[in-house]
Amino acid sequence: MSQHIEPTKTYVTVFVTLIGLTLLTTGVAFIDLGAFNTVVALAIAFCKMLLVILFFMHVRHSSGLVRITVIAGFFWLALLIGLTLTDYHTRTWTSPPQAWSNSAPPTHP
Amino acid sequence: MPDIHVEHAEHAEHGLAHQFEDLTQQQEADTLGIWVFLVTEIMFFGGIFAGYAILRWLYFAAFEGGSHLLDIRLGAFNTVALLGSSLTMALAVRSAQTGNRRLQVIFLTWTLILGGVFLGIKAYEYHQKFVEHIVPSLDWAPEGEVLAHLAPGGLNHAELYFFFYFGMTGLHAIHMIIGMGLLIWLLLRARKGDFTPTYFGPVEVVGLYWHFVDIVWIFLFPLLYLIGGRY
Repeated sequence: MSQHIEPTKTYVTVFVTLIGLTLLTTGVAFIDLGAFNTVVALAIAFCKMLLVILFFMHVRHSSGLVRITVIAGFFWLALLIGLTLTDYHTRTWTSPPQAWSNSAPPTHP
Repeated sequence: MPDIHVEHAEHAEHGLAHQFEDLTQQQEADTLGIWVFLVTEIMFFGGIFAGYAILRWLYFAAFEGGSHLLDIRLGAFNTVALLGSSLTMALAVRSAQTGNRRLQVIFLTWTLILGGVFLGIKAYEYHQKFVEHIVPSLDWAPEGEVLAHLAPGGLNHAELYFFFYFGMTGLHAIHMIIGMGLLIWLLLRARKGDFTPTYFGPVEVVGLYWHFVDIVWIFLFPLLYLIGGRY
């Protein structure tokens, strides 16, 4: 494994950028963008996450094995949230099959 | 029969566990191990975030009403405090890599202080919720202005928002308390000069955990405090 030592300046620059993005996301909350308020807030949070992972968590200089572990984790998270929301958003798109409403209610012993 | 013990003793290095060939291999195993743990944490918080997303989508008005009762300034200040603690943590790891014991102790102490500031403000915010009687289950009796503010979205659904607020920030706070315990442990070892430029695995591993907890907050801040905008 590479024993890469990041210069202090890099960490400080990343930190200043993170503070800037925090102020930006707070400021944007006071501007009416409609549904895009949420989109912008999440996009900024995503950028901040990338900065922390790549620089503070050294993934920029990590081995391939560590990188693929990180990517797999977030890929699974995307599946979890993506497919769950897809399910909820599309449930009402079609009505339940006719057979379901025609069948007699289950009788309990 | 080869005498493994003698061979190992010759190459014994400070901090090297016997199952590893060398410190480089140990460091790689440490990093991979903590990342696998962090992936389980991603899935743990991920399930709650998914639940949050669904209920926020279903009861948006109630979630928006609840969110507007939080103090955006305290949330933003806490974000800055936590990002600051991540900076000092990264610098603590760097000081271990460069073998500077004094700076390790200074940066670990600052990380601990900033973590404490965060939890202090969080405790104050929790206290405010009890004052306003908007703690789900335990003290749920919004009245006056607070009630008028929450009523349009439906009181039950507003309570649901506060369940998420307390659940998510509470789990986050527990992670921070564990992290601060680990920081104290690191601090005691760093003071003794236990970490060297070749052996700094524990600092790196706790650092990765601390940054992960920071990332969770990076998402909690916009999701809990900034719903629907404040215009």
